[in-house]
Amino acid sequence: MHKRTALAPFGGATKPDRAPLRIAVAWVLLMLMAPAPTHPQPAAAVETEVEITIDNFTFTPAVITIEPGTIVKWLNRDDIPHMVVAKSLTFKSKALDTDDSFLHKFNEVGEVDYFCSLHPHMTGRVIVRPRSG
Amino acid sequence: MTHQVDRRGALECMLWAGTGMLWVLSGGVPRSLGLGSAVAAELPKGAFTFLQISDSHIGFNKPVNPNPLATLQEAIAKIKAMRVKPTFMLHTGDITHLSKDMEFNDADQAIKASGLTTFYVPGEHDVIDEGSGKAYLQRYGKGAKGAGWHSFDQNGIHFIGLVNVVNLKSGGLGNLGNEQLEWLEDDVKSLSASTPIVVFAHIPLWTVYPEWGWGTEDGTRALGYLKRFGSVTVLNGHIHQIMQKVEGNVTFHTARSTAFPQPEPGKAKSPGPMAVPAGDLGKYLGVTDVKFAKVNTPLAIMDSTLAGT
Repeated sequence: MHKRTALAPFGGATKPDRAPLRIAVAWVLLMLMAPAPTHPQPAAAVETEVEITIDNFTFTPAVITIEPGTIVKWLNRDDIPHMVVAKSLTFKSKALDTDDSFLHKFNEVGEVDYFCSLHPHMTGRVIVRPRSG
Repeated sequence: MTHQVDRRGALECMLWAGTGMLWVLSGGVPRSLGLGSAVAAELPKGAFTFLQISDSHIGFNKPVNPNPLATLQEAIAKIKAMRVKPTFMLHTGDITHLSKDMEFNDADQAIKASGLTTFYVPGEHDVIDEGSGKAYLQRYGKGAKGAGWHSFDQNGIHFIGLVNVVNLKSGGLGNLGNEQLEWLEDDVKSLSASTPIVVFAHIPLWTVYPEWGWGTEDGTRALGYLKRFGSVTVLNGHIHQIMQKVEGNVTFHTARSTAFPQPEPGKAKSPGPMAVPAGDLGKYLGVTDVKFAKVNTPLAIMDSTLAGT
């Protein structure tokens, strides 16, 4: 398990029309005129990422316990493609060829069973428990 | 049809790998035969034969076989060189490795070079495009139902192509599903019990090794609809090796891959590609040929390898 820094997403409009631009400029000016906050928010949050490897048609570890907000990364190290699909179908990877990976963030507390939809005898479980303390 | 596969012949079959399988149907019972000219010469005049190839995995590029297109082309060249021209060919799935258009194109061109009409069922590797099988259906699904199941008649035999690689359930095996099973029940309802039946599907319909997913969850229900028939032959791929079993009137057969071998059940950590000594790959890849003759001898199934052993 290791930590990684998650960057805030950037806005994505490529062809802004003038009205939103004027609104944005007004907003920036307003913010510049406002008093500085006494407790500024951190620019970036720290997220935890755990890795599950796929070797010999097996998810390892087959069962993991994580805290909400953790990102799980599945890495396929087999010579054969695999997929990662929640039993409830709430998430589904594309076909992962050798060395391809799939990431999914678990926000809700609970137990999530998943499997490989190409080789359904391959199964695993992610247990999401509330943060201790 | 007088040729029987004796123990020696069977052992020879076991050495063949990777081209395909020639099937002869005699008296309604299929037998596999090698593609060698000696065996072909024994065929009765006018015998009905068809070929099975499987698991071409075009797009696979790992060291076990970095060029499965070349081994498929080699298999097709062997088929073209056969003295007896089969009536048609079946491909029992995993045409491609990753369901990519280019992989389907390459496979299509190589297989068309055989000059044989080819009937397909998808393997699980053929339905992993973004559309979960749309690429396969666009190419091969004309006239098919659902995910690609279909049937047709040839020389008095009823052929049924089933799809057991979609909507697989967690912890399960291959799956046909209720809609397809109801179609199957209806499809065979009006046939007389003496009609020879040949079923082809990717994953074995019988349970070969559930620990590796080698079987079909609801295969028993499908076979239940076929139990009144005097001759049922089930042809599968998926496990990249030959296995045969006879149960009552049902003969089960799995074909080799034209791409790479897989280990015997339980004899490796996983069912992944099996590395073989350099130069020996052709011994593990093969085609299947089936011959049908209206005499009271079994249908002949002949497996042969790319190495020609």
